[in-house]
Formats: sequence, structure tokens, C-alpha cells
Amino acid sequence: MSKTIYQFILVTQQERVGILQLNRPDALNALSPELMEELVEALEAFDQDPDIGAILLTGGEKVFAAGADIKKMAEASAIDMLLIDQLARWDRIRKLHKPVVAAINGYALGGGCELAMMCDCIIAGENAKFGQPEIGIGVIPGAGGTQRLTRAVGKAKAMELILTGRQFGASEALEMGLINKITPPELTIETAMQLAAEIASKPSIAVRLGKEAVLKAFDTTMEGGLDYERKLFYLLFSSLDQKEGMAAFMEKRKPVWQNA
Amino acid sequence: MSLPKLPDCLLAELNESGVLTLTLNRPDALNAFDDELSFALHEGLKFAEKDKAVRAILLTGAGRGFCAGQDLKSRSIQAGSDAQVHLGESIRKRYAPIINKLSAIEKPVLAAVNGVAAGAGASIAFACDIRLCVPEAKFIQAFVKVGLIPDSGACWLLPRLIGYGRAMVLAMSGDPMTAEQAFAWGAVNKIVEADSLQSEAQALAVQLANGPTKALGLMKRAFQYGTAVSLESFLNYEADLQEIAGRTSDYQAGVQAFSEKRAPVFSGK
Repeated sequence: MSKTIYQFILVTQQERVGILQLNRPDALNALSPELMEELVEALEAFDQDPDIGAILLTGGEKVFAAGADIKKMAEASAIDMLLIDQLARWDRIRKLHKPVVAAINGYALGGGCELAMMCDCIIAGENAKFGQPEIGIGVIPGAGGTQRLTRAVGKAKAMELILTGRQFGASEALEMGLINKITPPELTIETAMQLAAEIASKPSIAVRLGKEAVLKAFDTTMEGGLDYERKLFYLLFSSLDQKEGMAAFMEKRKPVWQNA
Repeated sequence: MSLPKLPDCLLAELNESGVLTLTLNRPDALNAFDDELSFALHEGLKFAEKDKAVRAILLTGAGRGFCAGQDLKSRSIQAGSDAQVHLGESIRKRYAPIINKLSAIEKPVLAAVNGVAAGAGASIAFACDIRLCVPEAKFIQAFVKVGLIPDSGACWLLPRLIGYGRAMVLAMSGDPMTAEQAFAWGAVNKIVEADSLQSEAQALAVQLANGPTKALGLMKRAFQYGTAVSLESFLNYEADLQEIAGRTSDYQAGVQAFSEKRAPVFSGK
């Protein structure tokens, strides 16, 4: 694991789960370029670490993340934004191979909501508030909000939420299929931890290819996706864990994974 | 935190036991709600929710009434630029936030109903967790007489307190519910003579403020969750809440005191 000292995030590990906490409470965990650089670096470090099977991402008790640093971009020109292209850094998150579970308490707005949607599963406290309020400051989401929200909840709802900027709570998010589960806020991290730990206990190569196959569904035709899935399925037959898993099944015992 | 600056129409006093007393203070208007009072009460309740020193809230009225509901002389919000009145706006902006807050505050809220409670004034009493009232108190939902429906949650809250049938008769007739009826039907926990209402309400509030505040708050969460789900879902949720309660230092203190056969001292944490 990386030994880097971080300023804006806290990095810990619990067995096979790598835990990242956004930690810029004085700025409502605003996703500054500096914070995002640290976050992406730490995510990639966990992604490379063979002792990590899944990643948990969380924020504070009242705020997960309140979007970008508006002050820093208010005066920028289009060309400035293009040349700095700070959102390019975010693309590295979608290249992660390991599943990321988000544990959200409080506000996940703008970039905070987009960051949550980049995670593979979302566990939210009853006090969670989501939203893409960019329209209210004269722009639209720029880190995937229009695409990921639409794919998660469908066109009608996404259109309403993007064009009004309205905030919505955990139960509406659950109803729309944006999140996996609601929990009392006191138990959000634990509930997310249970899910992350369960995923981390599964054979890691199958987990990796499972994630890849599910994400492929957003990018391709049904036929292309089915073909892709089939190839990954066949590919897993060269893993030791496939041999072990099927042998254990037939011998009616628990498998012992080697993550290989 | 210190008490927020509130206008004279709402008195707020926090005592050393952690009881925040909020007194509706427009006695000449039987404490009817104008914009100022409704926004002030919401502010007061927001403070009560956030401030850790507050462990119980006591809501009462100055003078001879508890609260006469909407001040009909003050119709500012719902008076739009068109001639049409917008009563929905008034509820959304002024009353719903108060009722939501009374129910969401994870601390006990008591109403000491010192006289008439009408319209939104009655609803606010119904939204509290515990109600004491004087023998002369009346709960009036006379909306039907002007062609409106009981508001500020009355059609949700009152059937749960006294039953669907009784609540419907009150709503459709506009008849007042007397203190005796309210007590007999379970809407009021105790009737107390006027000269001892405040002291008795304070004593009860202090007792609740000395309780295991986190657990009391979780009880409110449990009661509310139960109104909307199946028993099976509820039991699942209950397990989460008990898990949370079991991690409080008050639980430790309670178990310890029980084993030592003495009264527990709860910190609220």
C-alpha cells in the first residue's frame, strides 16, 4: 500500500477492504483538484494492492461531498477549462478494477453526487440528500451527472432532476434505483462495510470480470454485451479459483480462494 | 451554541436541566400565528434540534390561550399578486416545516396546553409527543365552517391519537374537543389545573430531559417508521435502532445502575 501522507483524505484498511474518507470538513468536502488528485491516487493504490478486495468510500456525518470549488472556476474561460481539463482526472476512477462501495451520509451534491454515482454500489443514510444543482449556477453537470443519472434512473426522472436542480432524499433515491439500501445514519458505514467485506471475500478475478461485464452493459448493444460476457465467462476457466470453486461445490465444502 | 435571536412573539428559555421552554407570546391575539411567529417557532425548533444542551422541549402559550392557529388578520404569504389566495403556499412554507420539525427532533417534545388550541394551534399540540392541558382547554378544528379542511397535519395526526371515527366527526362537524374528551380518548396525557400546569409540565420536562436522550429519540424514529411499513420490515428496522441504542454510554450507565440497584444518571449520549 502507498505510504503517501494525504492532506484531504483519510486512508485505512480493515481486512480486505480499503477505506477512504473525504476529509475536508471546513470546506464541506468540496472536491478540489488537490483532493481529487489524492483520492484518485489512493484509489489506484488500493486497486493495485493484492491484499485489497473492495474499496469503501465515505465522507462526513453531515456532508459526503458538496461538489466542486465554485470560487476557483467562477472567472475561468472555456479555453481555461479545456486546457486545465481537471475533470480528466475523474476518468481514472472509472478505470478501477475493484468494486467501490459508497457510504453516504448527508449531502452528496453536484460533483459529490457524481462521485457517488461513479461508485459501484451506494449505501445511504436516511439523512442523505442527493442532487445535481448545477443548473442553478448556469451550467450543467460536468463529471458524468447527465449520463450516469440517466442510466441509473431513466430519462424522465433524470431530465427533471438535471433541469430543475432539485435535491432528493434517500428514499426517493432508493425508489428510483439510484442506491442499494437505506440505513439509519449511525449505521451507514457499517452497512456499507458489510457489503464491501462480502464482495472482498469473493474470488477476486471473478469479481473483477463481473464488474467489467456489468459496466459493459452501459456501453454496448445487447448482442455485443452478451458476446463480451461469454468471453469473460470462458476466460474464468483459466483461473485457479474456478477449479477450486467448482471442486468445493461438488465436494460439498467451502471453497478456499487463492484470488488467482 | 447560544439561543438564537428571536422576535418578542416567541420566548425561549433554556434551563440547567436541558429543558428548552418555547412560549408563544402574542397573548392579545391568543398567540395566533402570523408570519413572524411561525418562522420564529421554526427557528426555535431548529435550535432545539441542533443544540446538544437541549434535552427536552416544552411548548406553551402566554396568557389565556395556547394558540388560536392562523391569524386571520395576517395573510401575507398566501396573498399572491393575483386576487387568488394560495393557502397551499402558506402550509408548505410556514406550517409543514414546523410540524415536520416537531416530529423529526429526536428529543421529547411536550405541549402544556394552557387554553384554547385552534386550527394549526391544535395541530401543533397534536404533533408533540406528550400533552398536558388545563380543564378549560379546547381543541378546535373549525375549518369546516369556512369550507376548508383541518390542516397542519390534523387529518393525519388526530386519527392516530383518538381513532378514525372520532377524528372524522370532529373534522366534519367542527365541534371542539373538550379537555375531558381529549383525556378520555387519549389525545391528552393529563389534565392539570391552571395554577399548577406550568410547574407540573416543567417537572415532567425535567424528568424527560434527564432520560437517555438518544434512546428517546430512537423511540420517536421507531414510532414514525412503524406507521408506514409491515411488521416484518419494522422488526428489521427495530434491530438497527436497538443496535444503535446498545452502543450509547447511557445504555452502559443504565445497566451498571441496574446491577448496583440504584437510579441511573444519563448523559444523553
